Amino acid sequence: MSTPFTATLEARDVACDRGGRRLFENLSFSLEPGDGLLVQGPNGTGKTSLMRQIAGLLPLSAGEVSIGGVDADIPLAEFCHYVGHLNGVKASLTVRENLSFWSRFLHGDSEWDDMETALDVFGLTEIADVAAGFLSAGQKRKLALSRLFACARPIWLLDEPSVSLDAASVERLGRAIKKHGEAGGIAIVSTHVPLATPLSYTLDLHRLDPVRDPHLDASEGDLA
Amino acid sequence: MNAALALLRRDIALAFREGGAIGVALGFYLMVIAIAPFGLGPDINLLARVAPGLLWIALLLAALLSADRIFHNDYEDGSLDVLSMGPVPLAAVAASKSLAHWATTCVPLALLAPVLGLLLNFPIDAIPLLVLTMLAGTPAVSFIASIGASLTLGLRRSGLLLALLVLPLYVPVLIFGASTISTALTGPGSPWPPFLMLCAISLASIILAPIAAAAALRTSFR
Repeated sequence: MSTPFTATLEARDVACDRGGRRLFENLSFSLEPGDGLLVQGPNGTGKTSLMRQIAGLLPLSAGEVSIGGVDADIPLAEFCHYVGHLNGVKASLTVRENLSFWSRFLHGDSEWDDMETALDVFGLTEIADVAAGFLSAGQKRKLALSRLFACARPIWLLDEPSVSLDAASVERLGRAIKKHGEAGGIAIVSTHVPLATPLSYTLDLHRLDPVRDPHLDASEGDLA
Repeated sequence: MNAALALLRRDIALAFREGGAIGVALGFYLMVIAIAPFGLGPDINLLARVAPGLLWIALLLAALLSADRIFHNDYEDGSLDVLSMGPVPLAAVAASKSLAHWATTCVPLALLAPVLGLLLNFPIDAIPLLVLTMLAGTPAVSFIASIGASLTLGLRRSGLLLALLVLPLYVPVLIFGASTISTALTGPGSPWPPFLMLCAISLASIILAPIAAAAALRTSFR
């Protein structure tokens, strides 16, 4: 995790259509290394869709999202961690096996990060050899979030990361996001629970009249 | 490459730990072959003649039973999202998962086939060729099934639709697989031309099916 990240992320005039409705349009922002973006808005305004668009899981209806400061030949998705509503946890593998699989898979040919450190961030070391099927919802969530530390990637896309986490874990998550920012990483977080760490920008998809900021600009949108 | 290998290892480990799918496929194969003589009658010469085709047809159906699971579990628990963001292209993910299906379903079925052949009066000296043919032809079975599995991802009762989509694509595998064995048993001619065609079908599907499956997977994210 010590590698300072240099990636920048820029969105220009991004729009999103879901099921024939336009959720948002003309969304633009630019994030420098170390920035954080808090995405807010009522249910159904496209928070998840925006995250999935950046992760390359949903096509952009208009505009573009680009990454700067890194090798341009590698797709944007490979610089991102996406933790969404589903945890990607296999019930019949142990906590350690789940995490070490993701570490190996996401690293590919490069060196692996230290698994024990990754397990320790959310205090999963004690239950490392328990099959993930026996974990509580909160513990599964922590396991999914531990993926962030199993492979260093500059951009974190966290969709409602605090769901089913206890207060202490939400605080740990906040500290982790802060540390990630200090290392030059970018975090885009959607949450209804206030995080311990303030993020540099806030984007409200409902009003689309964002906190005015030189870096962040999203003009009017047509909302459902 | 390491990423694809890690995925392959995990899928094989999961298949053996969760167990169910392999047992069901083997049990289904056994049942179909075991009831065939009740329908066809006790004529052992007839059974020996239809054995190659019957063993192949039942193998295809048994392999299809677990085919809708190739991507389904990863789709349901969100793993597929993360798999698509790894350092390997989605086609490599699809190839690795198809290979895992082959190793955990088709190989056990191919190894069970000689035992079931005995129920159909299949000649013992042709058993090595039977296993060889099935091992050579079944990669096509798993890889073609992965196209159907990716197209039917997220649908209810996807298994039935998958069978409808994929079975017609199995016709060449069935023709060349069964004719390799029957030409070896009764002639005329050499069994190697159909065998090489079978190998060619397998190789082509190993290359082409993951590309098609990856394209279908992309649409399933929407």
